[in-house]
Amino acid sequence: MGFLKRSYAAVIFAFLYIPIFVLIVFSFNASKSRASWDGFTLRWYADLFDNSAILNALYYTLSIAVLAALLATIIGTLAAFAMYKDMRPWEKKIVMNLTYLPVLNPDIVTGISLMLLFIFMKINLGFLSLLLAHTIFNVPYVILTVLPKLRQFDNNLYEAALDLGASPAYAFRRIVFPEIMPGIVTGALFAFTLSIDDFVISFFTTGSGINNLSILIYSMARRGIHPTINALSTLLFLAVLILLLAVNRRVVRDKK
Amino acid sequence: MKKIVKALCILMVCVLGAVAFVGCGGEKTAKRELKVYNWGDYIDPEVLKDFEKETGIHVIYDTFATNEDMYVKVKSGGSDYDVAIPSDYMIKRMIRENLLEKIDMDKVPNYQGIGDKFKNLPFDPQNAYSVPYMWGTVGIIYNKKMVTDPVDSWNILWDPKYAKQIFMLDSPRDSIGITLKLLGYSLNTSDEAQLEQAKAKLIEQKPLVLAYVVDEVKDKMIAGEAAMAVVWSGDAMFMKEKNPDLAYVIPKEGTNYWFDSMVILKGAKHKAEAEEFINYMTRPDIAKRNVEYIGYASPIPEVVKSLDPEVQQDVAAYPADSLLKGSEIFDDLSDNLAKYDKVWTEVKVAQ
Amino acid sequence: MGRRWLVYPYHTWMLLFTVIPLILIFFYAFTEPNSTQFTLENIRHAAEPVYLGVLWHSVWLAGLSTLLCFLIGYPMAMILAKSSVKYRNMLVVLIVIPMWMNFLLRTYAWMTLLEKNGPLNAILLHFGLPAIQILYTDYAVMLGMVYNFLPFMILPIYSVLMKMDQSLLEAAEDLGAGAWTSFRRITFPLSLPGVYAGMIMVFMPAVTTFVISRLLGGGQYMLIGNVIEEQFLAIGNWSFGSALSVLMMAIILVSMLFLSRYSKEGNGGGMFF
Repeated sequence: MGFLKRSYAAVIFAFLYIPIFVLIVFSFNASKSRASWDGFTLRWYADLFDNSAILNALYYTLSIAVLAALLATIIGTLAAFAMYKDMRPWEKKIVMNLTYLPVLNPDIVTGISLMLLFIFMKINLGFLSLLLAHTIFNVPYVILTVLPKLRQFDNNLYEAALDLGASPAYAFRRIVFPEIMPGIVTGALFAFTLSIDDFVISFFTTGSGINNLSILIYSMARRGIHPTINALSTLLFLAVLILLLAVNRRVVRDKK
Repeated sequence: MKKIVKALCILMVCVLGAVAFVGCGGEKTAKRELKVYNWGDYIDPEVLKDFEKETGIHVIYDTFATNEDMYVKVKSGGSDYDVAIPSDYMIKRMIRENLLEKIDMDKVPNYQGIGDKFKNLPFDPQNAYSVPYMWGTVGIIYNKKMVTDPVDSWNILWDPKYAKQIFMLDSPRDSIGITLKLLGYSLNTSDEAQLEQAKAKLIEQKPLVLAYVVDEVKDKMIAGEAAMAVVWSGDAMFMKEKNPDLAYVIPKEGTNYWFDSMVILKGAKHKAEAEEFINYMTRPDIAKRNVEYIGYASPIPEVVKSLDPEVQQDVAAYPADSLLKGSEIFDDLSDNLAKYDKVWTEVKVAQ
Repeated sequence: MGRRWLVYPYHTWMLLFTVIPLILIFFYAFTEPNSTQFTLENIRHAAEPVYLGVLWHSVWLAGLSTLLCFLIGYPMAMILAKSSVKYRNMLVVLIVIPMWMNFLLRTYAWMTLLEKNGPLNAILLHFGLPAIQILYTDYAVMLGMVYNFLPFMILPIYSVLMKMDQSLLEAAEDLGAGAWTSFRRITFPLSLPGVYAGMIMVFMPAVTTFVISRLLGGGQYMLIGNVIEEQFLAIGNWSFGSALSVLMMAIILVSMLFLSRYSKEGNGGGMFF
């Protein structure tokens, strides 16, 4: 990489990570306010492990995000493939527009309409409805990231495989899937990200006893977000970062 | 890429497993259960634990961010909570819409301890549905280093001397309410002429306002980002503690004073436990712990007497009755609320 | 068309979870509050100049931040796509990780960074530069929007740029095309589906967000998401809230349709019609 490219990338990453750095610094602030520095403390980290509400919320946040991302990726990828291969042009247009429309809706509209839908369908509000809601709002994002990759894909390869006697499932797995992999991974990353950060839709589609971190954090806003949340975010961030570096090192070593 | 994905999946599974272990470890399979719905960070977490220990009731405790969020959830049947802690006007609305259960005050003997001036409040005149939890006022917090004029009226928020040094609340009810007070009207008015006047006044003020803020105002005032702000009294206590240059006043025209009270929701499956919980929270020693943790004002005189004398005198916590003359509690405006919203939208849209 | 078995499950999914909620919103939009009486009053009310102005402002802000995200994000996507295989995947994941921290925490962190006596101004003063007041201005709103939506622009473009047919580029070079020409004539047109996807994923959610403008912009103006939320929560007039939503969807759909007529993407590259 040239110097220019390197610096550009560095600036972008700095931009993305500066707020995270601030957040980490404040997890060590003895004061509950971000406006005053009352000295270094590890108290919030200790509090964190004593707070079963936060740990519970963390558990639900991660399990919902992982499962919803997984489900949405599967549904979205297959739907995109179906749209690309097997839909008539007019059908495709309608389906695509209907798919994207909910992205435009404010969260509050999506949240309330899904809540009413679940109540109407007699789905108990709780883990299942929360998971379903997250999957629903994730699917359009997966479709959006997978479709461009499919457009790029050379359809003749797939047809050739079918002509040679491969089953559609086999041809999809061996020919299409590797080609559109970057789109799928991006879609899954987006789904996970959106799910982890959603408040409004989660609030209205969850039931008693099932909280995620966003609900916890937003409901703290009136009183000021408790620094234990900063401590938790710091730990999560470091865990993900360390894991990422470790994996990358292994990949690099394997490649040698 | 595949490896990274695989490793990330493995990590997630590990984390889930670990947290599930931690999370479930603490859960008891108690027979008696209670579902509580409260504002975030609005109870001493130790109090909850002690309640569970003392009574053997397992508490499922969830939080909401605004009265309205909570209301929509309860109203549409999307929740099954027993106890909630909404604010005054919301309680009135919920009574009107038959969403609350009457509390059997015989089961809440500690209700006797609530101060007389906190009984028979307009939103629950017969004391049938609610038990006050915290209360407070709305006022002006200002930085003594930046504001030299005496602050005793809402008028100072319209003083061009402090242009771009004023924080207003980004909430139609509160901002229009104090403007109505300044104009000498009731903050529950539905008279359109009065609202028009308030609108003109707010548009006139707009160029002076640095920002319309909500919860983040605390840190901004502590950091000295502006000269004055409209705030809730409970938060004022916290701000003054962090920045001694700050002072709180209740303007002479009167203000809004508010309550967060405990109620039992219609169809509660655990009504007996709910009353036990409300009684526990109203017990002076427990109420004191919550007051000390939250920093808001308690409606229980015995608790107030046991606090630091300095706090007892603090206008931000326990203002003298004379200061509250002319102050009002928010009424449930029902359909007239749309008028406030229209005014607020027009204020915001005005250039 | 023998493989329709793949199509039906998604049709069902869409019917249940997209179409029915949409019908619900339409139902509210065209009935009187708390009754089933048909009315156009809500839509008429929503089409008042005040609300159209609010909608226009929201669309304008979202459009501007989409454009900024594109201008900033495209070069980054190219750098990512061309980076060494050793680090590429790690860099991609690094782009999204900041978004895994809670939105409110990140935005509060920006508020701290940008404030009058904050770190940014401290650094500026340290180097003898004048302090700037950007918190509570439109610049801060733009910054917040770009910050929160940038990954949604970078990654779709990156995923399309990756595995692009390199032989085309080589052919272009053989034919004597310069770097700029081959970018303009080959790379960029081929990456357009990714650009469209990125633009949709930035623009559509950006139209209805309002928390960024409320916190970083100081709540100086109303945005459409804000008005709709007020109607659903504070006022409790779901009919009017839905009418605003429906009107917004209609206007944006129609303008997209209009735009795509003028772009000559014949291969279904445009997202709408």
